[in-house]
Amino acid sequence: MDGAASLAGTAATTTRRRRRNYSRRYWWFVVPCGVVVLATIIFPWVFTLYMSAHDFKLGGGREYVGFANYLKLVEDERFLLSILRTLYFTALSVVLPMVLGLLAALAFHRKFPLRGLARTIFILPMMATPVAVALVWTMMFHPQLGVLNWLLQQVGLPPSLWVYAPETVIPTLVMIEVWHWTPLVMLILLGGLASLPIDPYEAAKIDGATAFQAFWHITLPLLAPFLVVALIIRTIDALKAFDTIYVITQGGPGTASETINIFLYLQAFAYYNLGYASAVVVVFFSIIILLAMVLLWTRARVRA
Amino acid sequence: MTQGITRRTALAAGGALLAAPPIVRQANAQSAFDWKRFSGERIEVSLTANPRSTILIQNQREFEDMTGIRVGAEQIPEQQHRQKFAIEFASGRPSFDVVGISLHVNKRQVGRARWCTDIKALMADASITSPDFDFADFGAGAVEYSTQSDGRMDTIPEFTDYFILYYNKELLAAKNIAVPTTFDEMYDSAKRLTEPSRQIYGNVGRGLRNANVVLYSSFLLGTQQRDFLDAQRRLISDSPDAIWAGEFYKKLLRDCSPPGVSGFNWNECQTTFMQGRAAYWLDGVGFAAPLEDRTRSRVAGKVGYAVVPRGPANHHCAMFGTGFGIAEQSRKKGAAWYYLQWASGKANQLRYLTSGAGSPARTSPYRNEEAISQSRFSREFFNTLIASARISRPGLPEIVPVTEFRDTIGAALTSTIGGADVGNELRRATEAFRPVLEASERAA
Repeated sequence: MDGAASLAGTAATTTRRRRRNYSRRYWWFVVPCGVVVLATIIFPWVFTLYMSAHDFKLGGGREYVGFANYLKLVEDERFLLSILRTLYFTALSVVLPMVLGLLAALAFHRKFPLRGLARTIFILPMMATPVAVALVWTMMFHPQLGVLNWLLQQVGLPPSLWVYAPETVIPTLVMIEVWHWTPLVMLILLGGLASLPIDPYEAAKIDGATAFQAFWHITLPLLAPFLVVALIIRTIDALKAFDTIYVITQGGPGTASETINIFLYLQAFAYYNLGYASAVVVVFFSIIILLAMVLLWTRARVRA
Repeated sequence: MTQGITRRTALAAGGALLAAPPIVRQANAQSAFDWKRFSGERIEVSLTANPRSTILIQNQREFEDMTGIRVGAEQIPEQQHRQKFAIEFASGRPSFDVVGISLHVNKRQVGRARWCTDIKALMADASITSPDFDFADFGAGAVEYSTQSDGRMDTIPEFTDYFILYYNKELLAAKNIAVPTTFDEMYDSAKRLTEPSRQIYGNVGRGLRNANVVLYSSFLLGTQQRDFLDAQRRLISDSPDAIWAGEFYKKLLRDCSPPGVSGFNWNECQTTFMQGRAAYWLDGVGFAAPLEDRTRSRVAGKVGYAVVPRGPANHHCAMFGTGFGIAEQSRKKGAAWYYLQWASGKANQLRYLTSGAGSPARTSPYRNEEAISQSRFSREFFNTLIASARISRPGLPEIVPVTEFRDTIGAALTSTIGGADVGNELRRATEAFRPVLEASERAA
């Protein structure tokens, strides 16, 4: 018995050692991945933090300034306004495509002649290159020569200044976002609608529910996980919007469409204030993390 | 039938005999110069995308055949090019040997960091400088623009851009209006020409932040103060003269320009002017070519050219410029210097002028009557360039943070088009930028 126990103990020890040995060998397989992560994610982040604590200028020296760049940000009215503009732009660029995408998904979920063709046409904007799209829109927005004001005049409406006035520039940029990205929301929600069970609708019909009641009490709750996914994707996309805004307005007129991304770009690559720009990156990243946590918390609640 | 020697033939032969020695000397010098010295080398050239760079790249074969040097040239849009070369220089290992530099933006930055080699040393070496190079042919203003405050010349002048007044002859003739010679005349006539119901405006000009500062400086140059900095290099963009220039900018763009002008960069201005919707447009000389292009422009053949009107105290036009530099780290400085001599040579400079790609930094193209008479541009255009050269003055301050300066002052100017008070806006912008400039000057 003792011998058996001893044998069993020896076998267990050997197995443990083997496992340990294996795990040691396996570590080498992780090294390439670890090096890539270290070089492309960890190092840039650590270096960004390092730069944010320095007065770091391209072509100039670097001087340790501690938290001075962060303190300067708090007092920088232009930066604070850029945060507000980013939130304003993001809110509109998320809500409108969500609502319109949901309506489009409901419409395209129904069966009608040439539905496939209509769906294809609807998702065409999503396939266009953002910079090319921005250049075409810029021509269309020209207050005197653009086609949009000509169309407005044809239906008896007054011309608009579109991106050429501080008051209308952000709503106009949002309009492009809506045109460009509503199809993506529609596609996500269309997938969700296709996966919904039929039984609850049959039961509701027997109970005499109206179409709106069926939508409100069955479709919307069942579609909620898909809505949250679309919400997360749209929020991330809208927060990082840069190309369209830069090509069309470069943050103007004045600073009326200067979002954080434009502000950051100018600080880093036009003014070469790399230290200050790094501090902006850290703050912007913190804001994104905060928003992501809120969205993930919402998603968890929806699932629960 | 035979023909005897006429007096004309005899005179021509005599002239040829007299002219022969200098021609022969030049030919000998030319033949003695070894253009093949760096044959087999390859240099990289980084240029800003514009019609002048296109000319150089199109004719690059000419240089390669003459020298045996291979050239890898790239053209990158202006703003991206500025970032690219600054980042590459800062890295210590630029990928190019020759670089095109906007002096009005990067001169001080490049000079302070000593990114480019001093051309004077290369020019002084007769073994690598062609006798045909003729440095004295470059305009004095262009040479001064290429020279750093410490006397180093780290770029060879390429192009000198002057702000000129483009005007629509038809619109002016319809109301019997003469070309304005003062700012007051310009405003008054622009107001008369403005007819919003017909979508015709007296003026169009840059309103977009940053881009608009070069237009504003055209007005500031007409004041007693003229510049953005005083003799001690302190910022004075909130002085009474600066505010006067701001008021003029505001009323010209607010009262006589199309709605939405606060978001206009040069391309929107060009479109508006090309479509015959604006009577005046103050901007760089490089726009003559698209305006005279009959396939794109409705005003081709109807465009008039004049110097910038006189200000209340002075008469200047804003000048901007570009040059070619050789990277200090380049190991092929000899081949690069050959490229510079060719690129800024008389032949290419004449090509710039006659194609309307821009006003060359050399003076000889303006004296080439034959080429000018064959050009598709009017005599008025060339006369305007020559007259502008005489009254030109840098349109932007020579400071390192010039882009930040343009953004800060430009945002204030854009606000004034919307109705904001000029004095308040300029004072606020000056206050915001002053510490940036002071820090930059301290580091110099």
